Amino acid sequence: MAGYILKRLVSAIPVLVGISIIVFLIMAMIPGDPAMAILGSYATPENVEKLNRDLGLDKPLVQRYFIWLGNLLVGDFGRSFSLNRAVLHEVLERFNATLVLAGTSFVICSVLGVAAGTVSAARQFGLADKAITFAVLLGISIPSFFLGMMMILVFAVNLRWFPVSGMWPIYGARDLPSLVSHLTLPAMVLALVATGVIARLSRSAMLEVLRQDFIRTARAKGVHERSVIWRHALRAAMVSIIPVLGVQAGFVLSGAVYVEIVFQWPGVGRMLVDAILKRDILLVQGGVVFVAACYVLFNLLVDVAQSLLDPRIKT
Amino acid sequence: MKHSEMTRRTLLAVTTAAALGLGAAAAQAQSPENVLIVGQIAEPKALDPAAVTAVNDFRILMNVFDGLVRYKDGTLEVEQALATDWTISDDGTVYTFALRNGVKFHDGSDFNAEAVKFNFDRMLDENHPYHDTGPFPLAFFFSAVNSVEVIDPMTVQFTLNAPYAPFLSNLAYPTGLIVSPASVETHGSDVGRNPSGTGAFTFVEWRSNEAVVIEANPDYWDGAPELQAVVFRPITDANTRTAEMLAGGIDLMVEVPPVSLSEFQGDAFKIHEQAGPHVWFLILNAKEGPFADVRIRQAANYAINKEAIVNDVLEGTAAVAAGPTPPAFAWAYNESLEPYPYDPDKARSLIAEAGSEGAELTFFVTEGGSGMLDPVAMGTAIQADLEAVGFEVAIETYEWNTFLGEVNPGLEGKADMAEMAWMTNDPDTLPFLALRTEAWPDKGGFNSGYYSNPEVDKLLEAARVSTDQSERARLYQEMQTIVHEDAPWVFVANWKQNAVTSDRVGNFSLQPSFFLLLDEVTKN
Repeated sequence: MAGYILKRLVSAIPVLVGISIIVFLIMAMIPGDPAMAILGSYATPENVEKLNRDLGLDKPLVQRYFIWLGNLLVGDFGRSFSLNRAVLHEVLERFNATLVLAGTSFVICSVLGVAAGTVSAARQFGLADKAITFAVLLGISIPSFFLGMMMILVFAVNLRWFPVSGMWPIYGARDLPSLVSHLTLPAMVLALVATGVIARLSRSAMLEVLRQDFIRTARAKGVHERSVIWRHALRAAMVSIIPVLGVQAGFVLSGAVYVEIVFQWPGVGRMLVDAILKRDILLVQGGVVFVAACYVLFNLLVDVAQSLLDPRIKT
Repeated sequence: MKHSEMTRRTLLAVTTAAALGLGAAAAQAQSPENVLIVGQIAEPKALDPAAVTAVNDFRILMNVFDGLVRYKDGTLEVEQALATDWTISDDGTVYTFALRNGVKFHDGSDFNAEAVKFNFDRMLDENHPYHDTGPFPLAFFFSAVNSVEVIDPMTVQFTLNAPYAPFLSNLAYPTGLIVSPASVETHGSDVGRNPSGTGAFTFVEWRSNEAVVIEANPDYWDGAPELQAVVFRPITDANTRTAEMLAGGIDLMVEVPPVSLSEFQGDAFKIHEQAGPHVWFLILNAKEGPFADVRIRQAANYAINKEAIVNDVLEGTAAVAAGPTPPAFAWAYNESLEPYPYDPDKARSLIAEAGSEGAELTFFVTEGGSGMLDPVAMGTAIQADLEAVGFEVAIETYEWNTFLGEVNPGLEGKADMAEMAWMTNDPDTLPFLALRTEAWPDKGGFNSGYYSNPEVDKLLEAARVSTDQSERARLYQEMQTIVHEDAPWVFVANWKQNAVTSDRVGNFSLQPSFFLLLDEVTKN
């Protein structure tokens, strides 16, 4: 097992180097440079040139890439010019917020999605199945930024049950209840689409397992139906559900961008959007590499979990 | 079996109710008295006046720092602040300021002539020990400054390399605000996160992406503010900002989107409006193509229905512009100037006279950007108006930074017209940088449409070196008349800045400078 993990970690290195090159090139190739974004209407060629020199952007591209990569290897992500602070500092703080939001959503969508899919499969073509399928299709079809605005209008502006935006109260204690009240709406919105996808795939995975011989054997031996479904069948179905969860985790992470903007969640997605608009090169590069590394790591965990569940998968 | 299911359901119901209850309790907490919560449009970059460029950051800075001079309440005219008096030498190159006695920075250090010299040397002198705490993108506002001398502890003297009339109003701009030298020495590059000025409010804390908190300075030289504290919250999404205002999460909101204004009708809110030093215009390519002919440039001014743009597209959040200088510069504005009326027939006859019927025009439109208002909708309306008088208009849309990269180097060979907007602090800035022959893009200016009129050049050069305000006013007014006639731009709109306050907020008014001054504001 340790060898397998090591092998996977080593194979992640070219992936990360590739990502670093791609994000570096994209930021170098999109029109408009940081000096122009800072100076706006005052961006005379002369002012732009001076500011680029001050920002260290006057060196050749290849040289800049290797300077950046070299610093990255010793843990120096550079300094964000649009926020005037260390990139790593900012990314870690923001990633923390994203982790709280995406993590909560991921738990919600995994539990709800698998449960809904299992119930659907157990009552195939029954009323519950139809109701769940309908709800799931609706969930998959609503764009999350629209749903977010509507939830804000109903639950925050009209009913005033929850705050409109942010992660913590502006004044007052930063305790768990206040976090929960700020987290509820964005986490639900973010979880919705992923719940739908997981429910659909859990349903078909369960249906397949329920047709197999060992289920019939279990039923013949007089095992209670509830136990057949939740203990025997679901465990077997999880082998094909878990990779889906891994993919959905990536989806939740990227979906967090919209939700973070609508709910002003101080996460890494909103940070990246702001940074791109301001051409904050180091912040975009550092943020993307960091998120990509986390995603690679998460997928590794998913594969390990899968191989633990299913001995047929060679490690 | 039945029993256990009931219990589980009950548990679920109770948990849900509890979660909702928690949320409800937290959300309904009222914001405290005398603490004003301001909805900002973005996270500030830094709270170092020398290092920032955005109005969003200026809104905080103007309450924490003072300059040597400031704009008189409700105007764009300069009055005393940290300087109590000043003299200008006859040739307009030496400014001597007498400084206010007994003023201390928030960190306890003294405000004096050395502090003033430190601030300008830090920005302008590459050998200054703290020049590396930059970059200082707007330092060129003071590029005319040759040297800053301490005459005595309370007198400071600026020597310019040439007469430069906008110098005083540049000092009133946030780039000229005075920072405590001790705070720069202590914090170095992080001074932008640990600001210390002499202003009405002192800095308390900056919680990244959440809030900047400032509280009243009881010893403020101009009288302690009414509010106890102000909290600036960055809320980048305009719809979310509107929702926060409606839900009572913020007390004051700036830059309300025109479509959201109707939400705030009624007694619970107050809408504030103030025309500012802003002008939205179309740069016309006077070097080549149809707009090389002055009649076609005038025709475009007649053909575009500016009333419809400001009332329908911008929902009344702007006024029709008459010329290149915004009326907010009351002292320099030419009152006799009338906007080009909407007259498509006159436009058609001018086009026929010039023989340019059916000319094809390329029109650069941006998706957004500082001061650009609603550029896509405005661009589409303009396209329709120009097509109605017989032009073929092809729109090319660019993201703001890309757009500037296309427009600033000049329109030659690329386009016939482009959207643009400027907001300045002196009537000199825009025409000097964008209408003179010497300001063509290849000479480092912003005259992207290659307008050239020696008469205008002469007037602008003269206005820049005159230190007599009434003389400057006369020169600017004459310039406006000529530019209006020559029509190098289509003069479209002057933006009215807006803000909404809740009924708990009193004594608030917007300034023509677009700065946010909160020392008189109350909240109950």
